[in-house]
Amino acid sequence: MTTYALTDSWTMTRRELAHWARQPGRLVVGLVFPVMLLLMFGYLVGGGRGVSGDYLDYLMPGMLALTMAFGLEGTMLAVTQDLNKGVIDRFRAMPMADGAVLVGRSAADMLQSAVGLAVLIAVGLALGWRPQGGPGSFLAAVGLLLLFRFAMLWIGIHLALVAGKPEMVQAVQILVWPVGFLSNALAAPTSMPGWLGTAVEWNPMSRTATATRDLFGAAGPDAAHIWAAVAWPLALLAIFFPLAVRRFTRMSH
Amino acid sequence: MADTAITVEEVRKRYGDTQALDGLDLTVARGTVHGVLGPNGAGKTTLVRILSTLLRPDSGRVEVAGHDVVRQAREVRLRIGLLGQHAALDEELGGRQNLELFGRLHHLGARHARVRADELLERFDLTATGRKPVRAFSGGMRRRLDLAASLIGNRDGTDPEVLFLDEPTTGLDPRGRAEVWSAVRSLVGGGTTVVLTTQYLEEADQLADRISVVDRGRVIADGTVDELKALTGGDRIDVVLRDAGLLGAALALLPLPAADVTVDPDRRLLSAPVTDRMAALSAVVRALEEAGVEAEDVALRRPTLDEVFLHLTGHDDRTKETV
Repeated sequence: MTTYALTDSWTMTRRELAHWARQPGRLVVGLVFPVMLLLMFGYLVGGGRGVSGDYLDYLMPGMLALTMAFGLEGTMLAVTQDLNKGVIDRFRAMPMADGAVLVGRSAADMLQSAVGLAVLIAVGLALGWRPQGGPGSFLAAVGLLLLFRFAMLWIGIHLALVAGKPEMVQAVQILVWPVGFLSNALAAPTSMPGWLGTAVEWNPMSRTATATRDLFGAAGPDAAHIWAAVAWPLALLAIFFPLAVRRFTRMSH
Repeated sequence: MADTAITVEEVRKRYGDTQALDGLDLTVARGTVHGVLGPNGAGKTTLVRILSTLLRPDSGRVEVAGHDVVRQAREVRLRIGLLGQHAALDEELGGRQNLELFGRLHHLGARHARVRADELLERFDLTATGRKPVRAFSGGMRRRLDLAASLIGNRDGTDPEVLFLDEPTTGLDPRGRAEVWSAVRSLVGGGTTVVLTTQYLEEADQLADRISVVDRGRVIADGTVDELKALTGGDRIDVVLRDAGLLGAALALLPLPAADVTVDPDRRLLSAPVTDRMAALSAVVRALEEAGVEAEDVALRRPTLDEVFLHLTGHDDRTKETV
């Protein structure tokens, strides 16, 4: 029956693509929102405390990582909406592959995130941001960002399966802001009080932002930074992927 | 096995403090429509969710279409269709998109899924809905599409072996109800076994060959529609007079067993159980005409669920007992 795992997952991915085709407006809003944040922090709020050099060079990797982190609530919302509709019962009562509902969701979300990254990078380039690291480093940076998104995605799925209520999504939607800002995305941790700086350094999102900053920068990557940006999302996935899958298959017990 | 589609033995399911199913037994013969009748909270939906592999029983044995619902869930899922209480459809997508999606997930293959979708749209008179998203459908249309989706069924493109309908007409207007009823009737000819839960005796009577009455997670009565009607006092005739003052006179002249007649002066109503529906109806109408007593309404009706429960359990509704 595993032969159907791929086709069923693809069918579920196509369902999401069909939703986009039905409601392109929602997709566009999702893509424009990070661009708006970029413009806001780059020009309106301005600054970047403790940042040396061009702020856009510092801000762009931070905004890309922040966009990936905010993907968590999008995933959680979509899964919660599905769970609260009768259609999930129909899926579960059909002979489809076990994980297809979740795999389809993650494939569609990853696709959307990749498009989101492309849009944000294009806007950055238009604003005069110039990655210095060469094509290999550029791709590696995008890879790290998507890996981080993938970890956020499974956290989002797990939270949706555990909480399962629209009110909880709202709570998470509010919480992602302080958690997202409690990172080095917008400002250097050295500019913060000691304890806050430490918390910020530990935020997995900071690791991804730091590594991508290295890869986009002229100075080249620091191996420890890269490993941290690989290890943290993998550690999160090692926890939340099995938890989410177990939760989903157990839902009927 | 050959002539039994469903076997349920001693099934229990507990949610927290609530014993939803408390040793329920059920046998459904292949190709029949089996009604599961009971009030809210009797355990009907829990039963359907267990039969359709959505929920595991705490204990007991459940076989559907020859396979165990826990150990061989996928084999069961290949052979069943489910119409839940709430529409199980993708609201964003159109009718055809929904049916194709479910067809693919039933592994019909892309082309076959398309053909099956067309066939079902045609059969349930939904072809005209085109690309309209389901959320813009009327209640009756949505229910028909839901029913169509539950029939996506077998890989060979026929209806499923066993179909579960959980209160299929709750919340529908009379027209929607009639539509669903006629759709269910059209299924029976194809050899599908149907399990139908309902709160309405009328519905079970219209559609089911056999009925199980469920109360507090157990079957408290089981039989053909006729057997059950005999148990519950059968049909009733209601006579509403124009003039309440003539109730006494009517009681004396009507060809009904006076001991069984209930009189309700507020509603100007005489009500009595009948055995032969048509004979009783014509006898009553004739007697009223001959005596010149004007009637506002004369109607035959099934006993209500409350009346059935009164007969079977001595309490007319579980809620009243807990009050």
